[in-house]
Amino acid sequence: MSDSTVAPTPVPNSPRVSQVSEAVIRIAGNSQDGIQAIGGFLARLAGRSEQEVMTFMTIPATISGGPSIFQVRMSSGEVLSAGDEADLLLCFYDHSYASHIGSLKKGGIVLYDSDHVKPKEELLTMYHHVGVPISSLTVEAIGGTGRDKGKNIYALGLLARMFDLNVPKLTKLIDERFGGKDPTIVQNALDCFNSGYGHQVQGLLESFQFHPSENAGRAQVVMSGNEALGYGILAAGVRFGAGYPITPWSDIMELLRRELPKYGGTFVQTEDEIAAISMAIGASYGGRVAVTGSSGPGVSLKTEALGWASMAEMPVVIIDVQRGGPSTGMPTSVEQSDLNIAVFGGHGDSPRVVLAPSSVEDCFYTAIEAVNIARKYSTPVLLLTDQGIATRIEAFPYPDLEKVCQDISPDLTPVVDHKPYDLSAPDGITRHVAPGTRIASGKYPVVTGLEHNELGHPGGSGKNHMDMNAKRRNKLRKLAEELPVPQVYGASEGHVLLVGWGSSKGPIEEAVKQSRKHGEAISSLHLKHLNPLPNGFGENLQWLHPRHRGRTE
Amino acid sequence: MSTLILPRTTNAPGDVPDLPDSERKPLTKKETAADHPTWCPGCGDFSVLALYYKLIEKHQKRHEDICTVAGIGCSSRFPYFVQAHGVHFIHGRALAFASGVSLSRPDLHVFVFGGDGDAFSIGGNHFNHTARKNVKLTYVVMDNHVYGLTKKQTSPTSPIGFKSKTDVWGSTDRPINPMKQAIAAGATFVARSAASNIPHLLKCMEAAMAHDGFSFIECLSECVEFYPGAFDGSIPRKGGVFPEVPADHDVTDEYAAYKLSDAPAPGIFGIFYNVNRPTKNANEAKIIAENRTKVEGLADWQILKKNFDRMK
Repeated sequence: MSDSTVAPTPVPNSPRVSQVSEAVIRIAGNSQDGIQAIGGFLARLAGRSEQEVMTFMTIPATISGGPSIFQVRMSSGEVLSAGDEADLLLCFYDHSYASHIGSLKKGGIVLYDSDHVKPKEELLTMYHHVGVPISSLTVEAIGGTGRDKGKNIYALGLLARMFDLNVPKLTKLIDERFGGKDPTIVQNALDCFNSGYGHQVQGLLESFQFHPSENAGRAQVVMSGNEALGYGILAAGVRFGAGYPITPWSDIMELLRRELPKYGGTFVQTEDEIAAISMAIGASYGGRVAVTGSSGPGVSLKTEALGWASMAEMPVVIIDVQRGGPSTGMPTSVEQSDLNIAVFGGHGDSPRVVLAPSSVEDCFYTAIEAVNIARKYSTPVLLLTDQGIATRIEAFPYPDLEKVCQDISPDLTPVVDHKPYDLSAPDGITRHVAPGTRIASGKYPVVTGLEHNELGHPGGSGKNHMDMNAKRRNKLRKLAEELPVPQVYGASEGHVLLVGWGSSKGPIEEAVKQSRKHGEAISSLHLKHLNPLPNGFGENLQWLHPRHRGRTE
Repeated sequence: MSTLILPRTTNAPGDVPDLPDSERKPLTKKETAADHPTWCPGCGDFSVLALYYKLIEKHQKRHEDICTVAGIGCSSRFPYFVQAHGVHFIHGRALAFASGVSLSRPDLHVFVFGGDGDAFSIGGNHFNHTARKNVKLTYVVMDNHVYGLTKKQTSPTSPIGFKSKTDVWGSTDRPINPMKQAIAAGATFVARSAASNIPHLLKCMEAAMAHDGFSFIECLSECVEFYPGAFDGSIPRKGGVFPEVPADHDVTDEYAAYKLSDAPAPGIFGIFYNVNRPTKNANEAKIIAENRTKVEGLADWQILKKNFDRMK
C-alpha cells in the first residue's frame, strides 16, 4: 500500500481513512473454506472497477483439501506481479497464521478469526492485529445452524468495509455466483456479507480508499490464464480437441468440452495422452487445426506423435501447462521445467515451434498466434504455460472479438495437382489438401512419418533425406524472420540483464523497476518466441558483450 | 504480429473440370493402384489389397471419398499402395488418428488397415476404446500371428508353442482372441475372414463398410516368410476346412458371438456380431445440435462475447 496519505479524521473510535493506489491481500485457510471464491470476487470487482489486478494461489495436492492461500493485488495503476509482501493477511486458522504471518509487511494488518487463531505475543508489536470471531458471527448471521459455511463471505464483508469496496458491485457478483441455485443460498451469502460489512471492528486504526484508476473508462474482462487460453483457442477457429485429464491442464479441456459444441465443434476425452495427440493430429489432417494439451508427464507421452507431426508437417497445437517435475513431481506447484522437452523432445531432427505467453491477456492472443503459425507453416506448435499463469487471475482490456474470431474451415475445392512436400515450392513450405479434396491428376498424397518424396511416398535416399530435413528446418528460419525482436526492459546499458520467458515476465520487470529505483543498472529481456528465436535476437544486446562494457568491475 | 489474423486457407485455384459425379467414370483398378506393394511374393495381404480395389470399383467410390489410415507393420504399408488420400501413422495409434478424422469429418468413410501387433499389442488400448466409443470407421486387421516387418518375433496372437526369435523354446503366453476382445470391448460389428477366401472376405468387407459404427474384421493373412502354413487348416485345397457361421446364428446375440469365438483352430468364419448402437459421431452431433439451439442466429464471435460479458 504505497503512497498512503493520512486523511484528517481524528474522530474517536473511528479509523482514519488512508488513500492508497494499491493493496495486496493474502487470504489463508483451507481449500474447502472457499477462499478462492472470495479471492475471485475481489479480482472480479477490481476488473469491474477498471483497476488492474493479479492473483496468486496455492492448491494442496491432496484429494480432500488442506492449507491453501489466495493472494490478490489490486491497483489503480500497473500490476506486474501478485506482490511480495501482503498489506493485509486474513487468516482463518492457527496454521494459516503461523505459515503466512511472515509474508505480511512490517506494520501490516493481520485480520484473524479469533475463534480459531491465538496470536503470538511476540508478534503483537510487529503487526497490527485485528481479531474478529468470524466463525461464530457467521453462524449467527445465517440463523444458527451450527455450521460456519459462509465465513468466507462474511470475511469478504469485513474486507469490503476496510477497503471501502463498491458494495453494489460486490453484491451483484455474489448474486451472479450463487443465483440460479436454491434462492436460500443467495440469501445466506448476502446475509453473511451484510453482517460482515456491518460489523463494528474493534481496534481497527485505519481503513482505506483506492485512488481513482488510471484505466478509467476501460472495459475489462477478468479471467484466469487457463480460461484465456481456452477462449483464445475458440477465437482462433479451432473446432476439435482431444485430451486426457491431468492437473493443471484439465481446466482447459473442461472448458473446451463445454464450449466447443456451441460452435459446432467437439472435444474428446481419450483413453490416454497418446490417443489424445493422435486424435488431434487426425482431426488436423481432416483440414482444420486441432488442439491437444497436457502437463509435464503427459507431454513426455506425446513426444512420439509430436515427432510424426514434425515429419509429416501436420499442423497441431499442443498446450503444456507446466508443473513441478520430474515424474509426478509437484502437480499443483509452479515450475518452468519443460523448456527442453518442448524445444528438443523427440528423436531425430523434429523441428517445432514453441511459444510461451507472459500474462493472462497474452494467453488469449498467443493461442490465436499458435494456431495461425501452425496453419501458415504446417507445423506442430507447443504453447508453454505453467501452473502459476494457469490459475492466476488478471483483468485485461475487452478484446475486439469480432476482429479476432476467424474461420479456418477446410476448403475442399478440387485442385489440378498436388504434392504436399514439394521441394520447389517458392516459399519452401508444405501445404496439405484435406481428404475429400479431388485431385484432378489422379495422384494422391500420403502423409507419413517415413522419410518421403514430394508425394509422401517412401524415399530413403541420403540426398532426399537431406533435402527434406532442410525443408523442415528452413521453414522455421523463415518464421524467425517474421517474429518481433524482443526489446530490452529498463535500459540498454549496465551489467546485468535478467532474461526470462513465459509467466515470469511481470515479476522480473517489477524486480527491474524496483532495482533501478535503487540505482542498480539492471535490465531485463523477455522471450515469448522460444523456438525459433526471432532473427536479430542478440543484435540489440551487443552492449552486453565484454568488449562494449566499461572496465568498472 | 502478422499471424494474429490469418484469412481462411484456400486450395490453389486451378482449371479443374467441374464434372458432376454422374459424368465421372467409375474408377478402374489401374486408377486405384499406386506404388507396387513391397510385400513378399505369396503374402496374404495382396488379397486384402486386391479386394479393397474391388470394393472401391464395385461401389463406385471416388478417389477423394476414400481415406486410408494405417500404423506400423508390413500390412500397415497399405496406404502407399492405394491411389487415395492416405496416412501412414505411428505404431499402434492408427485408430486414434482415424477417430480424429472420422469425428471431425463425418462426410468421409475412414478405412484403417493394420496387423496383429499394431492392433492388439502396442495399440491394444486404442482398440478397446475405439470399439467402446463406437467411432464410425472400418478396421481390417491382417492377422498373421507373427511380427513380420521385424523378422519373426512372437506376436500377441502367436499360438502357445510358436517358435520365434524371441521365444526360441516356443511361446508360452496365452494368445489374444481378437473376436472375444472386440465383442467384450463393445464393437458393434465383428467379423472373421481369411485372405485365402476371396468371396468370403469381400462379403465381410462390404458388410463392414455398410455398417454405421465401428466395424472390425479379423482377416487371417499368411506370412509366407516367417509363419508359412499357419492357416493351412482353414484352406480346403490344402486339406483344411473353412467352417462358416451357422445360418441360424443370431448376430445380435452377444453371448452366441462370444461362444463362436471359442472354436478351436482354424475357428469359425463370418459375421459374429452386428448390432446398431448410437455412434460416437451421432452422439457428438446430437450434443452439438442441442448446444447450437441455445446460440441460434449468433456468429461465433457473438457466442464468445456472451462468455466474455459474464467475465466483465
